[in-house]
Amino acid sequence: MDGPTHSRPNRPALALHVPEPKYRPGDTPDFSGLAIPAAGEAPRPDVAAPDEETFALCNSLVRVLDDSGKAVGPWDPRLSPDTLRKVLRDMKTVRVFDDRMYRAQRQGKTSFYMKCTGEEAIAVAAAAAMDPEDMHFPTYRQQGLLVARGYPLAKMMCQIYSNAGDPLQGRQLPIMYSDRAHGFFSISGNLGTQYPQAVGWAMASAIKGDSRIAMGWIGDGATAEGDFHSALTFATVYQAPVILAVVNNQWAISSFSGIAGAEQATFAARAIGYGTAGLRVDGNDALAVYAAVAWAAERARTNRGPTLIEFFTYRAEGHSTSDDPTGYRPKDEPGAWPLGDPIARLKAHLIGLGEWDDERDSALDSEIDAAVRSAQKEAEKIGILSDQGFDDIPSMFEDVYATTPWHLAEQRDASLTEAREYLGRDSE
Amino acid sequence: MSAAKPQGKARNMIEAINDAHRVMMRQDPDVVVYGEDAGYFGGVFRATAGLQQEFGKTRCFDAPISEGGIVGTAVGMAAYGLKPVIEIQFADYIYPGYDQIVSEVAKMRYRTAGEWTMPMVIRTPYGGGIFGGQTHSQSPEALFTHVAGLKVVVPSNPHDAKGLLIAAIEDPDPVIFFEPKRIYNGPFDGHHDRPVTPWAKHAKSAVPDGHYTVELGKAEVVRAGNNLTVLAYGTMVHVALAAVEENGVDAEVIDLRTLLPVDVEAIEASVKKTGRCLVVQEATRTGGYGAELAALVQERCFYHLEAPVERVTGWDTPYPHAYEWIYFPGPIRMKTALKKVMEA
Repeated sequence: MDGPTHSRPNRPALALHVPEPKYRPGDTPDFSGLAIPAAGEAPRPDVAAPDEETFALCNSLVRVLDDSGKAVGPWDPRLSPDTLRKVLRDMKTVRVFDDRMYRAQRQGKTSFYMKCTGEEAIAVAAAAAMDPEDMHFPTYRQQGLLVARGYPLAKMMCQIYSNAGDPLQGRQLPIMYSDRAHGFFSISGNLGTQYPQAVGWAMASAIKGDSRIAMGWIGDGATAEGDFHSALTFATVYQAPVILAVVNNQWAISSFSGIAGAEQATFAARAIGYGTAGLRVDGNDALAVYAAVAWAAERARTNRGPTLIEFFTYRAEGHSTSDDPTGYRPKDEPGAWPLGDPIARLKAHLIGLGEWDDERDSALDSEIDAAVRSAQKEAEKIGILSDQGFDDIPSMFEDVYATTPWHLAEQRDASLTEAREYLGRDSE
Repeated sequence: MSAAKPQGKARNMIEAINDAHRVMMRQDPDVVVYGEDAGYFGGVFRATAGLQQEFGKTRCFDAPISEGGIVGTAVGMAAYGLKPVIEIQFADYIYPGYDQIVSEVAKMRYRTAGEWTMPMVIRTPYGGGIFGGQTHSQSPEALFTHVAGLKVVVPSNPHDAKGLLIAAIEDPDPVIFFEPKRIYNGPFDGHHDRPVTPWAKHAKSAVPDGHYTVELGKAEVVRAGNNLTVLAYGTMVHVALAAVEENGVDAEVIDLRTLLPVDVEAIEASVKKTGRCLVVQEATRTGGYGAELAALVQERCFYHLEAPVERVTGWDTPYPHAYEWIYFPGPIRMKTALKKVMEA
């Protein structure tokens, strides 16, 4: 029997549209058709402006650094050279840290790693623009928040090695950090969950008459999750003091952003339907990131409601150590990305200001390299993943509940007997 | 019934639950209550009636129709330091919030080694017997008793409902609080063609004013007996009591009250005494919580058993509308099971 069109011969067969990225392995990537407005072109509405004044910005791109590294236009945050140097240092630290931990995974010292190469400006500059007491609800690839907020590198590594120095006691996949004191909420492997959580935290802050705000983070792919939309609904309904960031790095593992709906509208434009302020920002421009977050933060802090910010960027490397991007995109696509390298762009800007030079830059590189190596040595002295998992077996049964119920106590005892009798291991 | 009769004003289960909220909201300014229709109107079952009027719009408010959003925002509120008590209008609607509950709420304490905790209560009416069709009648408790990190509570009467809810709100861990909506207004003996007795005529409707708790994790022997142990919870406690009386069985009926963690001592002590066990659940049979109970009894009391553990359950079909009273575990199914377990 034919398909259902058989009885309707006058009607054309319907066709399903399955989005495809422009370039696949073997193609020559060409981003010249990408609409990239000039730096300084986007207007900067007053922080008190009505939401709709931002709607045009959802389809534009807030950029501050021009091609020569000069800061131009109304979004220039006019940061002090010291702040700029701190942002540069943090971005470089993140990159060096990523490289070393990537290598550590390849050396079998841990199970997994995720780099944020090319996206360093986003978390680092956002952290610089927020108050240290504000709370972030990150997804993976915001390791820059911790670095910028001064979290010890060795402790991050201990989390990655799941060793005895891991504050999470070896219970989370590497890079799924959590630290309340540094305003960094626990990362989930289930995507999108942190988005309504950020809104709830912000609502709670407002309920209590606090002055702290929250920032939620999500990737372009996970905007397809229901949690993205429930977060925007709640944020808008209750005018929660929250910044909702979409890091559009073009790729969700091997699926390009079109599979999350990027062909028809920008991610920032999702804000328009909710009647919420929205901005689309050059995510490889640390100054634009800073300016946008500072603008949204002030809005939130003054009870003017939430802002959705799309950071337009590019995931320069694989999704994780488990991914091979050459299987789904051209090998040289990262190099063709027209918005450049965020670290190089900020460096050029500082040099242009007369506040930096190549000599100081290489001195900084050496200093960071030494610091990361020393942190790694410190962390590895405590242990790498393969050494772990036998020293404190009872701890595995703690923190399921505030107090251990009977069934977990029984299972804890059974696991100890098992380890003793069959593995020849004695736990502390 | 238990020895000490509770003293207090006669209340139905909804009034008791409403009172528990009020007591805790007065006592603790960090308790916030929200859910679909939970604010101005006080909930479709009126469990939160009057709370917004007394405590203001920022402590009791209406939520969008978004269970994922309700639970997800509650995670953020708990992380901030509030104690959210959220209402999922029907347990059948809980699925859009399921990921947040099982992946986030339940796991947060563990995955952060105690840095972030989730002291919240997720209240939800469950079960059939009100002609609610398949999306207003389900009993999904087994989906939650399978989740490490959650506590699961099911009251069977107004007195316990208030005491358990207060204990749940004060508990440092997340609690899923299933409310048996068939017995919101009065107990139920399983005979749908008989008039419902109002709670006012029942000892367990005596609900003290003010603060009191019923300890989580503790079952109650609601009928003492020697020849059979019946394990039940929620609406099924009433069905079990009626069936035992009607069939003249010298059975001990245990109201579990908390399913996770369950009171294994009470179960074990009773079954070792009686030598027989029947478990009753309203939920569909396969993979249900009754299977867990049967396994527990078998593991711990095997050499004391004189008959295989028997199960009385709903059928393995989606919940039917017109055939509700054929689906519902009632006196006929109980009678057959009682005969089988007593004669084995």
